[in-house]
Amino acid sequence: MRNILWDGFFRGALTEPAPPVDPEMAALGAKLDAAARRRLGRGLAIREVDAGSCNGCELEVNALGNCFYDLERFGLRFVASPRHADVLLVTGPVARNMREALERTFRATPSPKWVVAAGDCAIGCGVYANSPACIGSVGAVIPVDIQIRGCPPTPVALLQGMLALLTRD
Amino acid sequence: MSDLAELLASGDPVDAEATWPHALVGTGAWEEAGRLLAAGDLTLLGLWGETGFVHMALLGAAAEVAVLTVACRDGRFPSIGRMHPPAIRLERAARDLFSVVPDGLADLRPWLIHGTAPYEFLPVEGEDLHQIPVGPVHAGVIEPGHFRFTCDGETVVRLEARLGYTHKGVEALLAGATIAEAAKIAGRISGDTTVAYAFAFARAVEAAARVAVPPRAQALRGLVAELERLANHLGDIGAICNDAAFAIMLVNCGVLRERVLRASAACFGHRLCQDVIVPGGVAGDIGTAGVAAIGDLLAEIDRRFPPLVRLYDETASLQDRTVGTGRLDAQLARQWGTGGPIGRASGRAFDARRDLPYPPYDRLSFTVPVREQGDVDARVWVRIREVEQSVAMIRQILSALPPGAIRLAEGWQGGATGREGMALTEAFRGDVLAWLRLRPDGRIARCHFRDASWFQWPLLEAAIEGNIVADFPLCNKSFNCSYSGHDL
Repeated sequence: MRNILWDGFFRGALTEPAPPVDPEMAALGAKLDAAARRRLGRGLAIREVDAGSCNGCELEVNALGNCFYDLERFGLRFVASPRHADVLLVTGPVARNMREALERTFRATPSPKWVVAAGDCAIGCGVYANSPACIGSVGAVIPVDIQIRGCPPTPVALLQGMLALLTRD
Repeated sequence: MSDLAELLASGDPVDAEATWPHALVGTGAWEEAGRLLAAGDLTLLGLWGETGFVHMALLGAAAEVAVLTVACRDGRFPSIGRMHPPAIRLERAARDLFSVVPDGLADLRPWLIHGTAPYEFLPVEGEDLHQIPVGPVHAGVIEPGHFRFTCDGETVVRLEARLGYTHKGVEALLAGATIAEAAKIAGRISGDTTVAYAFAFARAVEAAARVAVPPRAQALRGLVAELERLANHLGDIGAICNDAAFAIMLVNCGVLRERVLRASAACFGHRLCQDVIVPGGVAGDIGTAGVAAIGDLLAEIDRRFPPLVRLYDETASLQDRTVGTGRLDAQLARQWGTGGPIGRASGRAFDARRDLPYPPYDRLSFTVPVREQGDVDARVWVRIREVEQSVAMIRQILSALPPGAIRLAEGWQGGATGREGMALTEAFRGDVLAWLRLRPDGRIARCHFRDASWFQWPLLEAAIEGNIVADFPLCNKSFNCSYSGHDL
């Protein structure tokens, strides 16, 4: 174990600089309730909700935690309970079987709160658009503040979307 | 004559030239198949419904594969699940999706279509027992499902899972889709297995059309399939250790996983290689820059992975958590036909790449690592050895990459019209089955996918028995079953 630790020490950090925030996303972020965001300071607690995704989005959300992206350096962190969350990061077309769980998770999240719909399915159902087993996009069930496109969105795209939430006016 | 051949001979052949034989049989032969399954003479590969019919794919002792179909009478068919438990959830799913009722099955609770009625978990009786409900929204960033633990103090007495939360109507969407539309859906059934699903679907269509894709396409398919296995196994090895609170493995394996995804993106333009395998071949070729990127990746794995394996092997506090934990009995793995690292860690030496060989694996040399212990540690070791095998296979593929076309010429799909095809591919979790029948207009009449998880989820319930609640994440991660691939 000592060798691995030494190796990491001499190799230097793998973490990459923050990606530039897309101006369109930044504008969206700036519109969010600035006063509420000031109250929360520079950090946001995120609760991820898979509302019926194929798990592709979750893979890339998990990748945000690896050395290259290191989400936590921005004050963004994933929390285990919606009761600790400021942001719900929702993926997937909303499966009929997940509707109640998504609504209850939203209600359990204290205000002020924001919802990020991540992935093409969460935004417009993707290939599941005409499925009888899906309710529709995330926006059809709970109010959405920011959208992050991609199938799945790359970690860089996810990071850009999340950073837009922290953008100051 | 083998058992399977006798069953087939008793019925009417559905498609005499199919890759694997398929017969429409009477209820007598259907029930006889159930008895042979229960006796362990046959292994269940899948069971799926269709309006008025139920199909069952079977594996014989000599690795022969066949499909049996029974016609429903008044919407009912003789239950296989009442004789052979691995069929129970498949029959409940078939009932939900196609209203075909398994006659004689005691458990008729809905499975994939939840409805509004409260779900009745099976009763667990005894003194001092308490229940812990978990999910569908979990604490980590994972897929949704509900686990109902019944515990005696810290010890899990019984676990019952309720799945189906991510049911997206995959099979309903596939019916009537064009081959191209269906291929897109196939690649989005289970995100971490997108390559293996696309591979299985493409091979099923090609089996229906009786065509073989060009040698270069075969080799590239093997390459992306092994890249997917590498990414997933590396991620799993790290995540299992992390669930034993040993984060350094997660961090270092996470770096290697990210390197695999970046090399995949450099070669094929998508980190998960989504939509790279298409019916008729592959969508894009690998350039010289891609070959170099893979070379760098393999060199990095060669350099960084062995010290991590040693670290896993030599850390007593980690071994203390994984050795002996979540033991899956070899007999259960055999009975359930459990595939992938879970089956192979419990002595079931089945790998579709070797036992039902398909290109390019029929020309590659590799071994199938097997362990007998059946615990979390054995499942980690099988994955470690499979990483090494995948690296060796990718080297073989790249050292002899055939020149030529990467797709069949347009119009090849015409041969598939009105016919059926089936394929099994070895995903990182185990064998994925794809079966389809095309309509006369070339669209999909019916298409079914069976994830390896169908024969793994129920055994997690067995493996956790007698373990402590705190070891559940460790056991669960060492299984790493799919929710979305199972929920369809």
